[in-house]
Amino acid sequence: MDDPAPWWGALVLPAALLLAAVAAAGFGAVLTGAAEQGPGGGARAVGGRALAPLREGLRLLGRPPRRTTAADRLLGRLGVALVPVAAVLAAAVLPWGTRPLADPGVGIVWFNAMEALAWAAVWLAGWAPNSALSLIGGYRFLAQGLAYELPHMLAVTTAGLGAGSLRVSEVVDAQRGLWFAVWMPAAFAVYLLSALAMAFWGPFDHPLGQDLAGGAAVELAGVDRLVFLGGRWLLLVVTAGFAVPLFLGGGHGPLLPDGLWTSLKTAAVLALLLVARRALPTLRMDRYLEPAWTVLVPLALLQALVVAVVVLN
Amino acid sequence: MSLEAFAVLAAALFGVGLHGALGQRSVVMLMMGLELMLGGVVVGAAAVRHYLTPDVAEGQVLVLLVVTAMAVEMAVGFAVVTALFRARDVDTTDLAAELRR
Amino acid sequence: MPVLDEVLFVVLALLAVGGAVMVFRFDSMARATYALLTALLCVGGEVLLLGLDYLGVVIVLMMTIEMALMAVFMVMYMMNPAGLVPMSMVHNPRLALAVAGTVFAALTVGAVLAPWPVGRARQPVDPTRELGRALMGPQMLTMMTLGMALFATIVVSVVLATPRGRYQRFGDDLRSRPADDPLPAGTRR
Repeated sequence: MDDPAPWWGALVLPAALLLAAVAAAGFGAVLTGAAEQGPGGGARAVGGRALAPLREGLRLLGRPPRRTTAADRLLGRLGVALVPVAAVLAAAVLPWGTRPLADPGVGIVWFNAMEALAWAAVWLAGWAPNSALSLIGGYRFLAQGLAYELPHMLAVTTAGLGAGSLRVSEVVDAQRGLWFAVWMPAAFAVYLLSALAMAFWGPFDHPLGQDLAGGAAVELAGVDRLVFLGGRWLLLVVTAGFAVPLFLGGGHGPLLPDGLWTSLKTAAVLALLLVARRALPTLRMDRYLEPAWTVLVPLALLQALVVAVVVLN
Repeated sequence: MSLEAFAVLAAALFGVGLHGALGQRSVVMLMMGLELMLGGVVVGAAAVRHYLTPDVAEGQVLVLLVVTAMAVEMAVGFAVVTALFRARDVDTTDLAAELRR
Repeated sequence: MPVLDEVLFVVLALLAVGGAVMVFRFDSMARATYALLTALLCVGGEVLLLGLDYLGVVIVLMMTIEMALMAVFMVMYMMNPAGLVPMSMVHNPRLALAVAGTVFAALTVGAVLAPWPVGRARQPVDPTRELGRALMGPQMLTMMTLGMALFATIVVSVVLATPRGRYQRFGDDLRSRPADDPLPAGTRR
């Protein structure tokens, strides 16, 4: 850690993430609105749609929490709170410009470990209310985790392999010339898929599916619901943001300053994921599990092999 | 912090785990005990490496070995429990006594 | 920051042992599993304190996933998963306590009284690199054995856990297509 970030970074980070999450949710709402009610209505209507998630969040703040019989309140609170906490902890190694807030030598593994907390979080939130639908949602996320985690780890490791380091800033520096996305396209594609799956969002929102009346979140109301669903947006922003240092060259770019490049690239990845959500139907996990193991894992392994051979030369 | 302190922590985790492994009837609870015992071994091995032989990389290899053992123990353990349960409807160690023969 | 390290050590140690004890005291299997996760995360924290960044974070990663899955099996194989009807699931509690207590006492006495040699070597600059060099160099055989063991584990646990094999899927002559699966999976083979 040669260039430590200032202490106030720890305060700015959650706030900035929150801002990005609100913006992403707003953009998502505009896309949804345009798809459901047709585009249009001028700037005013679009603005109204963009502010809808914020309004919904404020409305949830005023709602009382829901109590269910024989619920496990302790584990429920833990599960709900763990979603945003995992997102913020993972974001600690997310670089703005070229330097992250904390730049440990094992940054990539740290990111992966913090993301894995989502496994525990969703299952706990599903288990705690003592409700069948939410428990099924929790189990679905574990199945989803088994499908996405292994290709995801291999993809992330491939980026580390290409840079010869697990330190995030060194991975960014290794892409000064050529972005990893260019010569590791398979790893990049796998990473984008697992980013969606990790935030259990878009085509991977089966754990919170409509067929379960909301799945793991069905019994959450009021502040609990806000924290859980808001935390999911944070997770999405963080996973999208981490694609930038891993595969898109971090803050490197011509003319503009590093921080601006990072923001631009993050926004582009987020926009891609948000549009993908509109284009793809929800994937059932039994449909995804087998291709994940028979196609994505060998693909990611091959990609790692190619990168290893290139690096050795 | 000293080697002794870490060793006592390792002993405590090992002891609690042993208590569970010996005293629990359910096979899955027994496995939790085993996990705790291995956790104690991890702390012990890491502490000995740190205080006595920090320059020898084999200390880390040992820790990695124990962590792998934890994962393997879990996977095979649950597979055996599942097979046992399918075959005889058994989920406690007392009922699975024929595994001894 | 030696003082901070001391405080962290004590807090993590207390949490680890407390979580470990609670594993066997909670009635709810979900709580027991997550108490175990707490204990093992604290073990990961102690390993981080001992300067092994990579191994500490890997322990956190592996144990989180492992315990999240373990919870499924705990709920599946306990008669009383949510602990709503407390029941005793122990045998030989006195003997177990006596044996465990004796082992703990013996280990503690050994740990405190043993004439530990004084380590004079310096800490490596980058333990992660050391580990990687060892695994890809002198310890290559260990690494390969580990890899084979893990692969064998995958195969063995699937074979043990699943009641269906290829004859159930493809029929006695292995020719029936598509496969007869309880759930038609993604690749439809």
